[in-house]
Amino acid sequence: MITLTEVLTLSGLLFSIAVAGVFLNRKNVILLLMCIELMLLAVNFNFVAFSRFLGDINGQIFVFFILTVAAAEAAIGLAILVVLFRERRSIDVEDLDSLQG
Amino acid sequence: MMFETILFFAFSAVLVGAALGVILARNPVYSALLLVLCFFNSAVIWLMLDAEFLGIVLVLVYVGAVMVLFLFVVMMLDVNLEELRKGLAGYWPVAAIVAGLMVFAILDVVVVKHLGGLALRAAPPPPAGHSNTQALGEALFTRYAYPAQLAAVILLVASIAAIVLTLRHRAGVKPQNVGEQVRVSAKDRVRLVKMASEKRP
Amino acid sequence: MESIYLTIVLAPLVAAILAGIGGRAIGRVGAQSVTILGVAISFVLSALVLKRMVLDGAPGFDGPVYTWLVSDGVTMQVGFLIDHLSALMMVVVTFVSLMVHIYTIGYMRDDPGYQRFFSYISLFTFSMLMLVMANNFMQLFFGWEAVGVVSYLLIGFWYTRPSANFASMKAFLVNRVGDFGFVLGIASVLYYSGSLDYATVFAHAHAIAAARVQITPTISWSAISFTCICLFVGAMGKSAQMPLHVWLPDSMEGPTPISALIHAATMVTAGIFMVARMSPLFELSNTALSTVLVIGATTSFFMGLLGVVANDIKRVIAYSTLSQLGYMTAALGASAYASAIFHLMTHAFFKALLFLAAGSVIIAMHHEQDMRKMGGLRKYLPITYWTFLIGSLALIGFPGTAGFFSKDALIEAVGRSQLPGATYAYVCVTAGAFVTALYTFRMFFMTFHGEERMDHHTREHLHESPWVVTLPLVLLAIPSALAGWFAIRPLLFGDFFAGAIRVAPTHDVLGAMAADFHGPASFLLGAFAGVPVWLAAAGVVCAWLFYLKRPQLADAAQRRFHGLYRILVAKYGFDWFYENVLAAGARRLGGGLWRFGDQDLIDGVMVDGSARTVGWFSSVIRTVQSGYLYHYAFAMILGLASLLMWLLWRT
Repeated sequence: MITLTEVLTLSGLLFSIAVAGVFLNRKNVILLLMCIELMLLAVNFNFVAFSRFLGDINGQIFVFFILTVAAAEAAIGLAILVVLFRERRSIDVEDLDSLQG
Repeated sequence: MMFETILFFAFSAVLVGAALGVILARNPVYSALLLVLCFFNSAVIWLMLDAEFLGIVLVLVYVGAVMVLFLFVVMMLDVNLEELRKGLAGYWPVAAIVAGLMVFAILDVVVVKHLGGLALRAAPPPPAGHSNTQALGEALFTRYAYPAQLAAVILLVASIAAIVLTLRHRAGVKPQNVGEQVRVSAKDRVRLVKMASEKRP
Repeated sequence: MESIYLTIVLAPLVAAILAGIGGRAIGRVGAQSVTILGVAISFVLSALVLKRMVLDGAPGFDGPVYTWLVSDGVTMQVGFLIDHLSALMMVVVTFVSLMVHIYTIGYMRDDPGYQRFFSYISLFTFSMLMLVMANNFMQLFFGWEAVGVVSYLLIGFWYTRPSANFASMKAFLVNRVGDFGFVLGIASVLYYSGSLDYATVFAHAHAIAAARVQITPTISWSAISFTCICLFVGAMGKSAQMPLHVWLPDSMEGPTPISALIHAATMVTAGIFMVARMSPLFELSNTALSTVLVIGATTSFFMGLLGVVANDIKRVIAYSTLSQLGYMTAALGASAYASAIFHLMTHAFFKALLFLAAGSVIIAMHHEQDMRKMGGLRKYLPITYWTFLIGSLALIGFPGTAGFFSKDALIEAVGRSQLPGATYAYVCVTAGAFVTALYTFRMFFMTFHGEERMDHHTREHLHESPWVVTLPLVLLAIPSALAGWFAIRPLLFGDFFAGAIRVAPTHDVLGAMAADFHGPASFLLGAFAGVPVWLAAAGVVCAWLFYLKRPQLADAAQRRFHGLYRILVAKYGFDWFYENVLAAGARRLGGGLWRFGDQDLIDGVMVDGSARTVGWFSSVIRTVQSGYLYHYAFAMILGLASLLMWLLWRT
């Protein structure tokens, strides 16, 4: 029998790994996007788990919407990435410092 | 029951390993593929948590659409892989400390404090004849009808935005103009000229 | 009756506005006509008021005309107090002003600022009338400041001359010092009596006398002395008493009619008038009276001495004005208010006469004012000569002239005073009689007698001034010669000022003198038994000897008393002290404060400094904005993590 503790621990691990990924990858913007997807997945885990263990279907509705928004976000993010690459011939994060004050 | 627990831990182990692989892989293509593996494992675990519809959606939408898009972009962009992986090692202490701190905090909440006793409660058994898909559909199309519409609009906007962003007008391209083709008449194409016949030399 | 007073005040004002604002439209003749008409109306009506009150016994007037504002029980209003004192002042002011107006036609004939000048002197007449007719301190102060402003405008009338600008600025600033004391005095009056109205204040005079001003817990001053001395500081500024006298000689930079009108006959007497008006307050403070007495006597003697060494004809008369104002002030201090006002009146006539006659000389000399370049003018300017002689005789107190009656009575009144410092004052004013005669006849002889020292060109053009100049001289010479005969009995020993001036029985020197008074003729004879007349005669003889008979004696005396001469030429160093210590010190202090306080502290530290701090802070802060995505992500996650930690483990 799966317990809530186990699922939440799993999602926490996933989230922490994603955070670590954000720090580790200083070169590749695509990887940053992937880490964000991973974080969203961890969040969705929480929703699904609570929905299951509290017997409330609304949690799964939220997951549904998060999936929608995440898909949209991925589409836009990748589109921006493509444009960026076209302009700069690079997706190196270190090169993207035109906002420097 | 034991089998289910073993199954859960097995899939969880693969999931965590795949996630680590995502962030540590040297090649972004590997990362994307490992992320796909993550999603598959997640879908399986969601199935075990009686979220059948979402599990299927995760596979169909994420693996089928989003991750393919990722892979497509990763492969399309001509990225210098050697450059990308430089300097990774320098930051791992920061990443480890932050991640470790968060794991510690989450474990404290979930494992030590059990969410104030909530986590110890057993899951209620699903009622007889319960259908996850039906319940989700009922909620989505009644109470959440309006947000569902909004989500649709967001998707539309996002797809249009993605197209507009990446649209490129290249010089020298010769597109087909169907309207022009249909409207064309013989007069525009053929010119009849009269001339005296030539004698054969 | 109210409308007649309003007309007296407003006629010159309307004329001033017409001549000042519409001067270009109405032209020179229009300006002179309208202002002379305005002042003439004032003079005729003032004379009518005086006649009604004195001869017909009509009651005076005391009441508000217009309430300006009421604030916390203090009423500020325009009101008139018409009694014998103010009626007499009105007649003197408007008469002298009228004479000066007429005289100006001749004197300022070629001046481009003709209309402006007429506008100013009419405005001055209005201001002075407001001052003397006031029934409250508010209006008194208004008139006080208004005459100050007009005086400033007129001293600097020839505004292209740097010396005129300097003199006008000096007059204004020195008067500010006096006005500061005056305002303090008014504030003190308001504080202790709760009203600005004369009648109310005088009714509360004893309450003020009972109060004390706490300076420190152990030191306290008498409120009435404090108030009176503050008011007298104002009078010192306006009436040019030592040490605030320095502006008056310099004010000779203005045109001569102004010297006659403002700096001799009327405005400078405002302080005398004010103290006389405040007699119910001054009578309650022996300290204040003693101060007034000593300052007046000092001014009368020491300023007169300066007249002996001055060479500018107008400056000699200016020093004589200072000296005569000192006489009046000393009389005020001796509680002989009536005597001071009497001398004020006669002085107004003969001093205006002297100034206007000097102006006539100056016209004839083509605006040469140095007496060393005159001499022997008698045969060229007969009318001026005779009127000047009358004025001079009146000034030195020649028996029978108006000045004799007022001055001799004044000296005797000072002699009878019992206040501390009265003996010193008596010595000063008596010796002053000799000095007055000396410098007056020195001036007279140097100007009209002796060898002709002017250059050839000037001598060819010497001729008597036009009638508009000589007419006022003659008209002023009449009262200068004769006014004393008629005025001495009612003014000094009658009850002319009953109700207007209050004298405590212990101070009543004039009352004591009244017992010995048996008419002007016997007064005249009695004077020959006194010292002042013989001193004056000695002064005239000395002047004749030194400056006419044996001029080398004067040079010898100058060499013999070289140190004294130097002190006198330096005017006791007041100007030097004010310019090099007070003014220069204030400028240095201001410069220092400007450099340190304004430039360094406010501009440098506060204004530029705050901007620099913001700039420095921003330059530090902007390094945070690296532009790298992972920095922002790191900051977000760090914030999220710390928020989580705080939520978890805050207890």
